[in-house]
Parts: sequence; structure tokens; C-alpha cells
Amino acid sequence: MIFETIMIVFLSIKALAILLCFIRVMMGPTMSDRALALDTVGLLLIGFVGSIMIIHETVAYADIVVVIGILACLGSIAIAKYLERGVIFDRH
Amino acid sequence: MKWKTNNLLFIHVTRIVAFLILTFSIYLFFAGHDDPGGGFIGGLMTACSVLLLYLTFDKRKIDEMLPINYVYLIPAGLLIAFGTGFLGILFADPYLTQYFDYFTLPWIGEFELATAVLFDVGIYLGVAASALVIIVTIAGDE
Repeated sequence: MIFETIMIVFLSIKALAILLCFIRVMMGPTMSDRALALDTVGLLLIGFVGSIMIIHETVAYADIVVVIGILACLGSIAIAKYLERGVIFDRH
Repeated sequence: MKWKTNNLLFIHVTRIVAFLILTFSIYLFFAGHDDPGGGFIGGLMTACSVLLLYLTFDKRKIDEMLPINYVYLIPAGLLIAFGTGFLGILFADPYLTQYFDYFTLPWIGEFELATAVLFDVGIYLGVAASALVIIVTIAGDE
């Protein structure tokens, strides 16, 4: 009972953090703020799925964690390269 | 902005991580029979690994390394997925019936072979090729 309460509070805090990051994505003053907030959304989603794995007592979602990690990493690399170089793919 | 930056760390990490992602995509493809995974997410992860190569090196070098026109892979995958459905009709069963059996292979032990894997190969090719075509066309636009 106390465990379920703790997990519900934990998931609520994490959902609130994702919402705050999403607000930062929408109204970030610079593009770097948006890139950082999107990367943080990916990391928070990894923690969210991990705590759902603890609640359901399974390891079946471990693949989803890796997929979200790869997608967040690739998205951050693409945004960072676009901000620094102005192009996504080099051609020369 | 004509100076070239030397992102040595990024290039050397990519050379390892791209193949790790490719291995993970093949694992996801074969895990899809009775675990999360399958042809769709396997194809997307394959597209991710090739996209990482495109991001790191320039486009011309990757086009030399992978001389594949991804546009032709989409109808090939769709034809495989469409054609394996007719296996059911050949044995007087409904369309898209899958057959499976258990075999004992050396060094592996008991192993399940199913015809649904062939259908998944078609999905894999179609999804990977269409994701790559979309990304390369949009990002490579002049």
C-alpha cells in the first residue's frame, strides 16, 4: 500500500516535470533552450517507463527504454548540428 | 561559416554506436514474435543507424558506401509482404494463414520457425526504406 502511494507520487512528479519541460519547449527564448528541454523530455520518459516496469514487476519494457534513448540521442545530435552548422547533412 | 570543425570524438563514437544500433534493430526484429518488437520498430531502428551515419559523415561518402536506391526497396518489401500471404491459399487455408513448427537445430536446440517471419521481412524493408527516403529527401533538399 505504502509502495503504491510512493510510486503514484513519483509518477505524478515526473509527469509534472515533463509538462514543465514541454512549456519550456513551447516558449523557450532561444533554440538551445528548446533542444535541451526536448532532450530532458526523453530522459524523463526513460525514467517514467522504468518506474512503470517496477510497478508491473516485468522487464518486458526494457527494449522501449533503449529505443527512447536512441531516438532522444539522435534528435539532440540533429538539432545541435543544425544549430551549429545550419545544415543537417554536409555536402562537399 | 566556412571553417571546418573537427568533431573527432563524434566521428569515432559514431563508428561504434551505429553498428550497435544496427545489431539492436536485428535483435528487435527477431524478438517480435512473442515480445515487444517486430518488423516495424526494427526497420525504424535500422533507419536510425543509417541516419546517424548520414549525420556524421557527408552525404556523398555515405552514398558511395551504401550504393542502394532506397526507393526500389519499398515496392520490394511490399511485394514480399503481399506475396507471403498467398502461402495460405496454396494449402487451401485463408489468406495470410501462418504455419509454424518446432525443429531441433544443432548447437541451438529446439527452435521455432514460422512463416510470419517472411511477412515481417517485407514490413522491415518497407518501413526502413520509406523512413530513409523521407529523411534523405527532406534533409538533402538544396
